[in-house]
Amino acid sequence: MSRNNLLLIVGVIVVAAVIIFNLDMQVEDKKETVSFKPAVVFDMGGKFDKSFNEGVWNGVKKFTEETGIEVMEFEVTNETQREQAMRRMVDKGATVVLGVGFAQADAISKVAAENPNVQFSIIDVGWLDAPNLRQYVFKEHEGSYLVGIAAAKATKTGKVGFVGGQDIGLISKFACGYVGGVKSVLPNADIYENMTGSTPSAWNDPARGAELTRSQIDRGADVVYHAAGGTGVGVIQAAADAGKLAIGVDSNQNGLAPGSVLTSMLKRVDVAAYETFMDAKNGKFTSGVKALGIAEGGVDWALDENNESLITADIKSALEAAREAILSGSVTVHDYLTDQTCPY
Amino acid sequence: MADFWFQFLLALDSSIRVATPLILGAMAGIFSERSGIIDISLEGKMLMAAFVAAAVAYGTGSPWLGAIAAIIVSIIASLIHGFACIIHRGNQVISGLAINILASGLTVIIGIALFRQGGQTPTLPKSARFNSIELPFAQYFADNIPILGVVYKELISGHNILVWLALASVGITYYILFKTTFGLRLRAVGEKPEALDSAGISVSKMRFQAIIIAGILCGLAGVYLSTATGAGFVKEMTAGKGYIALAAMIFGKWRPVPALFACLMFGFLEAVAARVQGAEFPIIGEISSDLLLALPYVLTVVLLAGFIGGVSPPRAIGQPYIKER
Repeated sequence: MSRNNLLLIVGVIVVAAVIIFNLDMQVEDKKETVSFKPAVVFDMGGKFDKSFNEGVWNGVKKFTEETGIEVMEFEVTNETQREQAMRRMVDKGATVVLGVGFAQADAISKVAAENPNVQFSIIDVGWLDAPNLRQYVFKEHEGSYLVGIAAAKATKTGKVGFVGGQDIGLISKFACGYVGGVKSVLPNADIYENMTGSTPSAWNDPARGAELTRSQIDRGADVVYHAAGGTGVGVIQAAADAGKLAIGVDSNQNGLAPGSVLTSMLKRVDVAAYETFMDAKNGKFTSGVKALGIAEGGVDWALDENNESLITADIKSALEAAREAILSGSVTVHDYLTDQTCPY
Repeated sequence: MADFWFQFLLALDSSIRVATPLILGAMAGIFSERSGIIDISLEGKMLMAAFVAAAVAYGTGSPWLGAIAAIIVSIIASLIHGFACIIHRGNQVISGLAINILASGLTVIIGIALFRQGGQTPTLPKSARFNSIELPFAQYFADNIPILGVVYKELISGHNILVWLALASVGITYYILFKTTFGLRLRAVGEKPEALDSAGISVSKMRFQAIIIAGILCGLAGVYLSTATGAGFVKEMTAGKGYIALAAMIFGKWRPVPALFACLMFGFLEAVAARVQGAEFPIIGEISSDLLLALPYVLTVVLLAGFIGGVSPPRAIGQPYIKER
């Protein structure tokens, strides 16, 4: 046997080994993907939006860190991409797809109906119905109740404000919980409530948000809670400019105006994201609507270095007591959406 | 009763703040439309300017640089509008609409690319904004002079520089339009461009000059929204203010001073709406704030329908000028 032939044979063996090994790997890979492959579709704004999407991203990150399983992701940059993105995830073999925000409701219900063997989950939607779709809603009224207590404890004038975004039932739910919290501490408090408007542009009108806040401050309010999306940026800034306090919403907004944001009502979307993937991984995926409240760790109030000087021991203990009361069931916060009225 | 008057005063103060971008927008509209160019792109130009002002002010820390950049971008948008409908004689409404759509998409996309915060800019620190200016002796007068002192402190003092610029723009617009040769020509080009042409004055040049001025004013309106009354850009933050300015301009019959009062009235209705929302009144009960907010539009439609004196827009408005050869 010549030297050349020997080299050739060794070469063939090596190549064959590599190919077989790789094939083997691929089979292994395939097995993995068939059993479990999570995906998430972030909505407009992207995963570092310092708000909703970033909350979901934090939950995803936690899941990946704990399990070592990578989550496929897509960041939607315009409205037509939502459905495409979900379809693409399914095509790539995703076994569970998480949608972020009510704007994806239509897309997910369509794609879920077409792919009955894939599990879907969506955050902030509670009105769809599909056997393979889990929906997360939050008990915002409970979180609003807590920050209402904080507001009532922090006000010096006995007057507080609320600025909502679009005038819809969901926002009345925030308002009603907040009023309940305030009145549980100060039964005679004056509460000024303003809705920014009746069209979707009410979510993106910080100038009007600031003006509404000033109108409330003019009337004596010194703590203003907002549930108004982008409009709320104006609320927080108007309160800060006037030397009063604001309360943020959804994500931790304490840092938007350090020292002027009393606290923020947190919607823990990260909990929903983490739970979706964990349940799917462990075969515990269920469809239907899941409501996350204080008991489930779904809503909370924010405490960090930006507001620790504002949260006195008194406020803190009142908030802890209220949380305990809700957990134990001795206090039930009314949900406006159940009967469209607010009893407080 | 004293409290009622104090609240009334504060509502007036609020009207001025709400009206400021409307006034600047309406004056921009007057310049553009008086020269014969329909300008529904007020909204888009304001939005672009608001974004650029916030982005540059955040990057450089200087609201002035932000304002300059915003005005330049707003002028560029005006020039695009002019390129389409003066040079190429395109449809002015469609060109304006295109600029609005471009503005609403582009601001968000660039915003996401630059700041990764969902199309918002980061919140601006106080030093990167136009802050309110307390006039001298405000507190002293309020304490020592009855009524007028309080009016001085609450109504006149405490506005930022753009509010003053907006009010000044009304006088300047009036002066330019009605007291200068340039203004005479500008009005003529919107009424009877062929007359101007036969006098040897370029119609295109006049119209370009008019829309550049409109661009500057729109830029200031955007600057006001994101770096004076606001502290940063939020997507779609103009929220229809450009269209309301347009309505105010029509309500003011394409004249600066009546347009100013239309803007102030729209602002006042909004300020009152904010205060009556949810409040119970004796006898009449709760007043619908939506109704108050809709009132400006209803009034504008009624006006356009010819019930209040009738309106006559510039005669050559919307028509591209074609030189006879």
